[in-house]
Amino acid sequence: MTSYVAVIDYGMGNLHSVASALEHAGAPRVVVSHDPDIIAEADRVVFPGVGGIQDCMAEINRLGCDRMLKAALASAHQPVLAICVGMQALLDHSEENHGVDTLGIIPGRVNYFGAGLQDEQGQRLKVPHMGWNEVVQTKPHPLWAGIKDGSRFYFVHSYWVEPSDPSLMVGSFDYGVTGCAALARDNLFAVQFHPEKSHVAGLKLLSNFLTWDGTCS
Amino acid sequence: MPLARRIIPCLDVDQGRVVKGVNFVGIRDAGDPVEIARRYNEQGADEITFLDITASHEQRDTTVQTVERIAREVFIPLTVGGGVRALSDIRALLNAGADKVSINTAAINNPDLVESAAARFGAQCIVVAMDVKRVSNDQEPPRYELFTHGGRKPTGIEAVAWARKMAAKGAGEILLTSMDRDGTRDGFELTVTRQISEAVDIPLIASGGVGTLAHLADGITEGGADAVLAASIFHFGEFTIPEAKDYLAARGIEVRR
Repeated sequence: MTSYVAVIDYGMGNLHSVASALEHAGAPRVVVSHDPDIIAEADRVVFPGVGGIQDCMAEINRLGCDRMLKAALASAHQPVLAICVGMQALLDHSEENHGVDTLGIIPGRVNYFGAGLQDEQGQRLKVPHMGWNEVVQTKPHPLWAGIKDGSRFYFVHSYWVEPSDPSLMVGSFDYGVTGCAALARDNLFAVQFHPEKSHVAGLKLLSNFLTWDGTCS
Repeated sequence: MPLARRIIPCLDVDQGRVVKGVNFVGIRDAGDPVEIARRYNEQGADEITFLDITASHEQRDTTVQTVERIAREVFIPLTVGGGVRALSDIRALLNAGADKVSINTAAINNPDLVESAAARFGAQCIVVAMDVKRVSNDQEPPRYELFTHGGRKPTGIEAVAWARKMAAKGAGEILLTSMDRDGTRDGFELTVTRQISEAVDIPLIASGGVGTLAHLADGITEGGADAVLAASIFHFGEFTIPEAKDYLAARGIEVRR
């Protein structure tokens, strides 16, 4: 049996960055695909995403990527990493594009940062939230191994994830709001930032994912 | 403010080779953009901007190949600009591994390109580059306008209004270059930097004129820039990225280290 990481491709932009970062982090083989059999037989699954949520959801549904993702999450032996819009798509609903219903895998909402966003000192904050922000590791998790608490990761987004169950949150960021930087449940780990663009800390997180057994302890 | 201010080294590339020279100690090939990008990645640069100055449109395949090679080895955001005219150019660069594409003259010729690009690829990857010059004299209130063709050709477009228009069209970021300061090492043109930073809600990268580390800090504290771009002070090994970050941190500016 060949061993590989599958990156779910629903046609929304370039996935080579994710694939080459996974290879750099030690993945023996990375396959970018939306073939349900290839996803089902992968050792690990990455669910990325860039672009607007409405177009993403349309392609996810058209290609049946929702079923592939749910099957991977249901099979305890396949660890899943969701990135950025891939994470946002897991929630119930997003405010983007005048409101879009999303996959409903994680209860909760995706909110707009809003005009007039300010930090605690009353300084104006720009949207998108673009750049390197500190991620507070609010809970221990195997994917944080060897990454200093408060390390900076690269973010670029205008909407932020708010899970209904705050206990799912394992990492947070501050940007006018305290948003969910990372959440985890069973064999799922989801991040708002881009580990593939986050230099040393990001590559470490990806290498942790490549050795993760899919349990939260 | 927790978000770090970004330091962005810029590579000017002509037909796949870095021009204006790079003089790092111990570098094997100072003209190879991949080697130089890798070096900045290792030094802790927050992003890399790659400006294609290839005159001939036919030779642009080289650029796409170079971007592919950089993207395989550099795991920080990569912005590519220069000669981007159409949605198909943007798609080719994003597919090659660029995270953001900057649009300059084509936005002036066709402002709707920014709107359709943002709608198609997401605002987060569309940077609008503006080359400006001061057109008012010293007695008048400062007024800046857009120029094209390396600062030679006036457009009559007022800079602040243009930045607002581009933000409204869906640009995710502004890359502002003062053509009065570019290459002078006299520091950023802080007045226009501040004007535009205050006028728009999207992040602003300041560019043009950096000669000292103090200039980088001034662009942030006085110009209000979210990120600062420089070429020669890094290329010639005068300062490393860590030295720049140490300096900014000592001035009380948040940086990633």
